[in-house]
Amino acid sequence: MTNPSPLPTFAGEKLVCVRGERIVFTGLDFQISSGRALLLLGPNGSGKSSLLRVMAGLLKPAGGRLVWGEAAVAEDREAHAARIHYVGHHDAIKPVLSVEENLRFWARLHDPLTGDRVALAALQRFGLSRLAGVPGKMLSAGQKRRLNLARLLAAPAAVWLLDEPTVALDRASVKVLEGVLAEHRANGGMVVLSTHADVDLPGAEELHLDRFAASPDSQMGVWG
Amino acid sequence: MTRLGEVIHRDLRLALRQGSDSVMVVTFFVLTVILFPFGIGPEANILERVSPGVLWVTALLASMLSLDRLFQADYEDGSLELLALTPTALEILVIGKVAAHWLTTGLPLMVAAPILAVLLHMNGDGFLALLVTMLLGTPTLSLIGAMGAALVLGARRGGVLLSLLVLPLYIPVLIFGVGAIDSAVQGLEFHAQLLLLGGILLAALVLAPLAAAAALRQALE
Repeated sequence: MTNPSPLPTFAGEKLVCVRGERIVFTGLDFQISSGRALLLLGPNGSGKSSLLRVMAGLLKPAGGRLVWGEAAVAEDREAHAARIHYVGHHDAIKPVLSVEENLRFWARLHDPLTGDRVALAALQRFGLSRLAGVPGKMLSAGQKRRLNLARLLAAPAAVWLLDEPTVALDRASVKVLEGVLAEHRANGGMVVLSTHADVDLPGAEELHLDRFAASPDSQMGVWG
Repeated sequence: MTRLGEVIHRDLRLALRQGSDSVMVVTFFVLTVILFPFGIGPEANILERVSPGVLWVTALLASMLSLDRLFQADYEDGSLELLALTPTALEILVIGKVAAHWLTTGLPLMVAAPILAVLLHMNGDGFLALLVTMLLGTPTLSLIGAMGAALVLGARRGGVLLSLLVLPLYIPVLIFGVGAIDSAVQGLEFHAQLLLLGGILLAALVLAPLAAAAALRQALE
């Protein structure tokens, strides 16, 4: 990111998430400012992925709202989409397209002005330049994940929402990812990351999702 | 707009490399139409009489074959999530996917139709009407189909459900498509039917992407 002006704060206020008929979390507040990182912690099913999907705008919160600076995110979905990168459980790689074609498509879709050089540099950073012409179906799980992560660098976005990005990555790739995350934050970007593995995020704030689980009483209050 | 182009470009490239869908749709169309002379008998006047209906009904069924894959592959590999998070209205991207679907299924059907019309002894006066109704009608089929495909996303046995949802909506296209060709064969004016087909296409062009995008967002929640 070449833009040095500080970004507004990205925050959530009193977020409630309901999946099926179960309240996953309730009354959740978070705040993240330029250059900071937020680490989502909690046991399986505590809503880490759901919170990331809410932050991305894929999932509508049942209550509360997301704000970017002063403006509510829900008012302008497309502007929000332009400032986030979401890395979910699936790698969104087409088996018949080459590594480079896969990456270039997502980069151009995010920012139509993306140059080929940037995409190639992103591949190089994640150690995929040698595989640029290889079709997606030939990649291993770790290589697919690295290709998915290369999207982060191929088109700029302020907020990175990463749902267990280290799954299937080897130690060397995790190191690369840590380096990329540190650079992104040094440039003023924000990172929200959920993980069960150890990822080195110096100075990251921790958000323990199990603290926002609905108590049995409140569940009765809503559904009883 | 460039993003719309990117989506069309990608889907065409995928269709070209995987290759199966277009070939399957056209082969189904050709084979099914060829069955009719065997079933009805080779009398030219009978075949000529039923040819517009046979061609259109078969085209409807053929274009439905490839619909269940329209969003399914993107849904399964996570691409749909990223498409929904693109800084463009999802509706626009849906139009891109529908355009690519039409280019790989509707257009080949349109090319194959006149050849099959010869096989069914269709009167030469009907050919122009056949081509124009296909040109106006098949994009509508792709648009309505996209709506259905988005609605059944994630459902078990989506393919069967899809045909139940979509076929009733295809009926107006069928009526006016066949009506125009019938009029042309009898030497009558067929502008009215064409205008109606065009009107249906325009309405579908506006409404179907809205409905499909809403259904896709729902499927992603």
